[in-house]
Amino acid sequence: MATTACFIIVSRNDIPIYEAEVGSAAKREDAAQLHQFILHAALDIVQDLAWTTSAMFLKGIDKFNDLVVSVYVTAGHTRFMLLHNPHNDDGIKSFFQEVHELYVKILLNPLYLPGSRITSSHFDTKVRALARKYL
Amino acid sequence: MAPPGAPRSGDAIFASVERVNAELFTLTYGAIVRQLLTDLEEVEEVNKQLDQMGYNIGIRLVDEFLAKSNVTRCVDFRETAEVIAKVGFKMFLGVSASVTNWDADGTCCSIILEDNPLVDFVELPDTCQGLYYCNILSGVIRGALEMVSMKTEVTWARDMLRGDDAFELQVKLLKQVPEEYPYKDDE
Repeated sequence: MATTACFIIVSRNDIPIYEAEVGSAAKREDAAQLHQFILHAALDIVQDLAWTTSAMFLKGIDKFNDLVVSVYVTAGHTRFMLLHNPHNDDGIKSFFQEVHELYVKILLNPLYLPGSRITSSHFDTKVRALARKYL
Repeated sequence: MAPPGAPRSGDAIFASVERVNAELFTLTYGAIVRQLLTDLEEVEEVNKQLDQMGYNIGIRLVDEFLAKSNVTRCVDFRETAEVIAKVGFKMFLGVSASVTNWDADGTCCSIILEDNPLVDFVELPDTCQGLYYCNILSGVIRGALEMVSMKTEVTWARDMLRGDDAFELQVKLLKQVPEEYPYKDDE
């Protein structure tokens, strides 16, 4: 089954630091911009919701047509946002948890400035592999 | 090759010396490199500075090493290299290295580190491609050997951060400085 998925990481200062289209569906030309638009629009909801719960994983906080936005907020208030088809919640949670581990490794790199763009190709490969596995 | 009484590996000494948490160590070193990059801006300068810092550590560290390790005088450079790799690295870094690639006259060799606690978590970004992240190690060896009257040149031949499969330090003995006494016999 063809799935649509767009994954971005937003730093605590609301700057996107990583973006990846990880879906298997054939791409529409304007899809990337549309996905970014939906995800960024969901940031306000995340901000309100993040402080009402102690959970890091916020499931299905926003909808757009048949697409759902799920978010994972780290302790440092970095947000992992995923736009996906509504199914497979366990997979998404596992995906976020494993990406979180990868992100912590990036953060521990002394040559990485927290809040700057993640340019590591290793990270990118791993995230895409995780997306294939779980989404 | 090692004389009787000299430890073959640094395991025993490593077990008895004080240790710090590995992540604290790694991140502290990372912070130093990061700060140097900010202050000096040029990657080449950072390499030089790290080497100089290593040198300053090395000339002090060798005394500590000799005091604690009970190694006796090495007969030749081959033995010196073995002692550095097996005892020195184990004692101060907690990993042991191997020595290979000797040239014919025994003055140039490679010390190979499979495992290097300094580089946990580290990935070189595009802006720091020329950086020898562990350049402090080469400085330490150079400084330490200089204090025991060996002028050496230590360079990196392989670096895992640059995509190689191990860390390889090339140690080249330039000359043995004969020991000089600061006084004359007839004074």
